[in-house]
Amino acid sequence: MRLYAAVAAGGFRRHATYRVATAAGVFTNTVFGFVLTFTFMALWDERPNLGGYDKPEALAYVWIGQALLATCGLMGGGGFAEELIERIKTGDVAIDLYRPADLQLWWLSADLGRAAFELLGRGIVPMAVGALAFDLALPDHAWQWPAFLVSVALGVVVGFAIWFLVALSAFWLMDGAGVVQIAWLCGLFFSGMLLPLTVFPGVLGDVARVLPWASMLQVPADVFLGKHTGWGLLEAYGFQAGWAVVLLAAGRGLQLVARRRVVVQGG
Amino acid sequence: MTAGARLVEGLAAFRMIAAMWIRSTMTYRFSFAMTLLANFVVNFFDFVVILLMFTHVEGLGGLAFAEVAFLYGATSTAFGLADLALGQVSRIGRRVRDGTLDTLLVRPAPVLAQVAADRFALRRLGRVTQGLFVFVWALVLVDIDWTVLKVLVVPMMVLSGAVIFGSVMVAGAAFQFWARDAAEVVNSFTYGGNTLLQYPPTIFAKDLVRGVTFVFPLAFVNWLPALYVLGRPYPVDLPAFTAFLPPLVAVLCALLAGACWRAGLRAYRSTGS
Repeated sequence: MRLYAAVAAGGFRRHATYRVATAAGVFTNTVFGFVLTFTFMALWDERPNLGGYDKPEALAYVWIGQALLATCGLMGGGGFAEELIERIKTGDVAIDLYRPADLQLWWLSADLGRAAFELLGRGIVPMAVGALAFDLALPDHAWQWPAFLVSVALGVVVGFAIWFLVALSAFWLMDGAGVVQIAWLCGLFFSGMLLPLTVFPGVLGDVARVLPWASMLQVPADVFLGKHTGWGLLEAYGFQAGWAVVLLAAGRGLQLVARRRVVVQGG
Repeated sequence: MTAGARLVEGLAAFRMIAAMWIRSTMTYRFSFAMTLLANFVVNFFDFVVILLMFTHVEGLGGLAFAEVAFLYGATSTAFGLADLALGQVSRIGRRVRDGTLDTLLVRPAPVLAQVAADRFALRRLGRVTQGLFVFVWALVLVDIDWTVLKVLVVPMMVLSGAVIFGSVMVAGAAFQFWARDAAEVVNSFTYGGNTLLQYPPTIFAKDLVRGVTFVFPLAFVNWLPALYVLGRPYPVDLPAFTAFLPPLVAVLCALLAGACWRAGLRAYRSTGS
């Protein structure tokens, strides 16, 4: 346990090192936040209460999305998937498998550390800028903040579990670029990053709301906006935790298969 | 060497290096097919957002669906062309950081051509194809009183737009000689600019529109010429001839980007590793 805590701390520190890159990321998230805010304003001006959100809620949704973009790995798995793929491709993964630590837990810990930093470093500033520049819906009650953080944490775990599966596919495909892009697209579309999933029409909306990606943005955003309370909040957590368990178990299974049948590259 | 000869040399180098990377990409065919598909789809998503919006509304910023699709198609095609030819220059920060840029400096070919063709990504064809697809579709759907002038503005707009976006990419790459880790800032102007231009200018704050018209001339990629073709007013009062300025703006941007690039290259100091 202490080992994994140390790995998580390392993940946090590692990402905290790149201050200029973080500032650049914050800048980009803020610019996109502004552009999207105006498109959402145009839409909600025409259709107030679209998707069950009023205008301040819809605008808050935009900025929550920008704040969680890096945290939940909606953009390419926060780099960890590409790094793991590179290690599989070069054969360095053999060293990871020798370590007296579990491969999945090792990378999960590092990713949790990363996510914690991204939430602080890349989440707070865009959210604050958005709240200053526009009229955003903020939580009415203090308990909504910790409730939101729990939901974000669960979203991060689901995000990790998906990216871990993607990365392990490199054991078979060698060049992971294609799968990475497909996974990234699914994340972008089904997380609610483009538009809230409640705005998706008919069957598409019904399907999108039960897929794992919903737990990476749609559910945390709804918790933030106070759409889930009481039993509903527990249900939302259950939905996220359920996907986390299923996907982590799948990753574990794939890891076992890979371990047994794969000839490591690099000779 | 004259500027013309340098250009020919640069293009020849670009072609050779790009061809090499295409052969290399084709080694992993399955992966290539997937990245190509992904590249097509990711741009399509921006359009899906617009489609989804129009399932709920009749018009956006006073423009009908076909008109927004026209704006979208114009900027996406222009951006896609620039991205295909020059998108790889954004990777230069990495080469500056680890010192591998040195290798390019000793090769007998223009550095910009080498950087642009480095790991040439044929998958970016997906983006151009998608943009063009929507553009043609919009041209079929949209109701325009065509005149000879308007017909001429359409290709002029796309080509000038591509040069403007390309200039932003090169200037952004030059910026990375100084700010190595700040590559992402450039994304706000390239990808962010592309997203901005997909929507009608009428929905944005006036100051933002003024900014991308007078300070950072993205409005010349599609807003000004496209609204002329559509016969719609521009939210900021400008004389009518501004719709025909994109080629001039494009040339100015290219010259400016070239100057930035040369300044950046001169300022480059190797890590020595």
